[in-house]
Amino acid sequence: MFSADATLTMPVSAHDHVQGNAHAVVTLVEYGDFQCPACGMAYPVVKQIQRRYAGNLRFAFRHFPLSQAHPYAQMAAELAEAAAVEGKFWAMHDWLYENQDDWVADGAAGLGTGVRALGLDQEAIAATLRNPDIDARIRRDFMGGVRSGVNGTPGFYVDGRLFQGDFEALAHGIGRLIALQA
Amino acid sequence: MSILAAGTRAPEFNLHSTPDQSVALKEFRGRNVVLAFYPADWSPVCSDQLSLYNELLEEFARLNAQLLAISVDGVWSHAALARERKYHFPLLSDFEPKGEVARAYGVYDEQDGVAERALFVIDGDGVICWSYLSPMGVNPGAGGIVNALETLPSNNTQKTLPSGQA
Repeated sequence: MFSADATLTMPVSAHDHVQGNAHAVVTLVEYGDFQCPACGMAYPVVKQIQRRYAGNLRFAFRHFPLSQAHPYAQMAAELAEAAAVEGKFWAMHDWLYENQDDWVADGAAGLGTGVRALGLDQEAIAATLRNPDIDARIRRDFMGGVRSGVNGTPGFYVDGRLFQGDFEALAHGIGRLIALQA
Repeated sequence: MSILAAGTRAPEFNLHSTPDQSVALKEFRGRNVVLAFYPADWSPVCSDQLSLYNELLEEFARLNAQLLAISVDGVWSHAALARERKYHFPLLSDFEPKGEVARAYGVYDEQDGVAERALFVIDGDGVICWSYLSPMGVNPGAGGIVNALETLPSNNTQKTLPSGQA
């Protein structure tokens, strides 16, 4: 269930987008792509896991856009980072997954819908998107994932080890680790 | 025969990448080669694996490496796969005699008649400097490849040169 070979090379730090208790017993890291349908399917599962394990679980999201396979994945990641500057990373993360079918169908214009839906200042977002730091950050997430052995999206790491299996097994695996450590 | 190990001279090959083009290993002397054997076009794990490598072409180029993928599928299957998945690297056809190159590298599955899922990093002198055999159903990712390329002496020297002296 957990890979012996693939381990997280970049520990979760203050640079990450993190939800949950900093002292949680288990840390879940997702390498995700906002246009990836499998990540879209994983989204409600992660929410459910977060609700179930609440204070025992810390969750971090890192970018892993497969831009050749998903032409809007990079733009969506950049938009989430621009929203982060306004303190709305998670709001944008959630919007992108909850409305994936709709915005993907409209491509770049669909992403504009997200900016309006979150009440973000369009000019401020456009200005932030021109900042090369945004791109550098996404690339850093991506290459950190590659070095850690991410082999597709979504890539989940539980306490630093790559998880291999279906979503149900992910919830059980986390539950077992929490039971062992709590 | 088992997978060729680091230190072995990489067996030469000349395989079709399209109906009228072929690619020979010796064309890449002076550059590093990432050789990815995979069982079959269109199977989900391979496709994910190659889609990931497709995102890393710039990174491979930075490390002076060319990616070549090899399976026993024919050139028309390769052409359709590359078009559908927008692959920007050659897919080589180890088709006739079937699996000959995979055999030479020690990664041919006689029972199923396909190449195993195996990775090689070959340096600019044509010597294997890293190899890895993955279980058939497991996508090995690219961490091992990037690590092997970064530890090549040629890539290390560049890194340690004082700035402005490249």
